[in-house]
Amino acid sequence: MSEGTPVLRTEGVRKRFGSLEVSRDISLALPVGARHALIGPNGAGKTTLINLITGRLKPDAGRITLDGQDVTGVPAAERVRRGLTRTFQINTLFPGLTPIESVLLAVCERKQEAGQFWRRLTGHAEAVDEAFAILKQLRLDDVATRETRHLAYGQQRLLEIALALATRPKVLLLDEPAAGVPKDESAALFAVIAALPADMAVLFIEHDMNLVFKFASRITVLVAGAVLVEAKPEIIRSDPRVREVYLGQGHHG
Amino acid sequence: MTVEMTTSGPAATWLKRRSRISAIEIVFWLATLLPFFLFPSYLSLASQIAIGALFALSVDLILGYAGIITLGHAMFFGIGAYTAAILAKHGWGEPLTGLVAAAVVAGAVGFVTSFIIVRVQHLALIMITLGLGLLTYELANSFSTVTGGTDGLGVTIWPIFGRFDFDLWGYTAYSYALVILFIGVLVARRIVNSSFGLALTGIRENSQRMPAIGSVYRTHLQKIYVVAASMAGIAGALLTQTTGTVSLDTLSFQRSADVVVMLILGGTGRLYGGIIGAIIFLVARDRLSDMNPQYWYFWIGLLLMAIVLVMPGGILGGLSRLFGRFVR
Ligand SMILES: Nc1ncnc2c1ncn2[C@@H]1O[C@H](COP(=O)(O)OP(=O)(O)OP(=O)(O)O)[C@@H](O)[C@H]1O
Ligand SMILES: [Mg+2]
Repeated sequence: MSEGTPVLRTEGVRKRFGSLEVSRDISLALPVGARHALIGPNGAGKTTLINLITGRLKPDAGRITLDGQDVTGVPAAERVRRGLTRTFQINTLFPGLTPIESVLLAVCERKQEAGQFWRRLTGHAEAVDEAFAILKQLRLDDVATRETRHLAYGQQRLLEIALALATRPKVLLLDEPAAGVPKDESAALFAVIAALPADMAVLFIEHDMNLVFKFASRITVLVAGAVLVEAKPEIIRSDPRVREVYLGQGHHG
Repeated sequence: MTVEMTTSGPAATWLKRRSRISAIEIVFWLATLLPFFLFPSYLSLASQIAIGALFALSVDLILGYAGIITLGHAMFFGIGAYTAAILAKHGWGEPLTGLVAAAVVAGAVGFVTSFIIVRVQHLALIMITLGLGLLTYELANSFSTVTGGTDGLGVTIWPIFGRFDFDLWGYTAYSYALVILFIGVLVARRIVNSSFGLALTGIRENSQRMPAIGSVYRTHLQKIYVVAASMAGIAGALLTQTTGTVSLDTLSFQRSADVVVMLILGGTGRLYGGIIGAIIFLVARDRLSDMNPQYWYFWIGLLLMAIVLVMPGGILGGLSRLFGRFVR
């Protein structure tokens, strides 16, 4: 794929819940290797947009393309198989499974080996190694065999990302990866995100402006379901409208 | 992705250890031989227990592992029971092929109904399984020319391998049921220790997450539903073959409810929970209904509530927690 061709694109995506317009004509494009921040006040429709892109919700209008292919009608699981993966703002993990089991499951699903019932789990040696390597990458190797429900909250946030990485995404959508994580830990969490492969397109939602300006190469500001502005961080920083939205309503995060 | 290949040593060891056969398991299977020596007059009860345990194991696969709540699983038990009976009635009383036929027919019905089952959840799921169970019961009742209606059917079963006749004392019956249960546990064990078993647990733990890791999990659910239906069918066929009769009772709602009670008593998602539950339930029924036939469900109700309140993981769950405390 040539430089600059968007790997993910939304065109005129709309969604309403009753009389509430949550997504108004949203058009976005993520090139290969993007580090794109999606910001906006609470209730702006950021999570809804991720739900629309990943197929958890159906848009009322508009198109979503992945690698140039229309995926608007494609089921959520199939989009993941094609490389479009998300994490959740509110932990959506497997509480009774350990991290190694959870990530191994995701790896097996990707390799289409999860349906095999005649082969022992330990027989999937390559998958086990891969799952463990992902946990190691996210510094979860020490707690790999502890039940997820007993992990520290920050570790659970990391496991969210580990599960997503196991699907080998081309496009990774991170919904407030550091939500609820103390400030000192959230910097470490973003260091992990910064170290993701350069060819992976990453869209992340984050309320902490310092982190946004530090890690994003492009920023979209969403207000009341519509794109207010999309630009480079330097421009967003000095945009009076953005200041008004943020400073006028108080700082989030 | 930069996945450097590491030795996943401790994690791999941990995974391996999870699926290892434990000493307790070996002791348990040795103990299943005790009735031959200690309670030879109770062998028919013992074979009932083995059959109930196989039935409960089939429910554990879908309820305990995949999280599909069912109140209609007797439909597969009954279908298996009638398949074996109708075969025998029409001149084919060979037991092993009878079991296979029961598994195939119950599995086929399981496959057809699985398309509805995987589309509903929670209360709707319970109602659908309940409804299918009632439907099957009434169908069997109205096709009395085939099923014998409320009278049921009496059948003649040939000796196993043409040699071991079903004797009056139940030696053959218990041996037969025990071997089939053992095979059932081996198969179930293989399944739950595979990546497929892990996927089932994933569905139970959080079906919302499954699509987000790329899982088309309904296919997994359909697969295990068919396996569980076949296993229940085999259990039903065993009952027909070991007792030489079949009645509508094999399809009853009571049987669907009883098997869930057995499983909850013993503990779900542990393979042996259903077996322990079947032992307790059926021994209690045998003892208590000797004392006061009408009221024995009173005691089962009491026991059920006590277990659910005190040991949410059932008896095995409670024991393993207790044991875990000792080890630590
Ligand atoms: N399924 C739904 N049905 C009805 N309304 C919904 C639904 N999901 C979201 N909403 C509403 O849509 C609006 C946007 O919600 P959304 O979760 O997308 O906001 P957000 O930008 O992610 O906010 P936050 O920063 O708090 O996470 C909110 O007013 C919310 O109440
Ligand atoms: Mg949100």
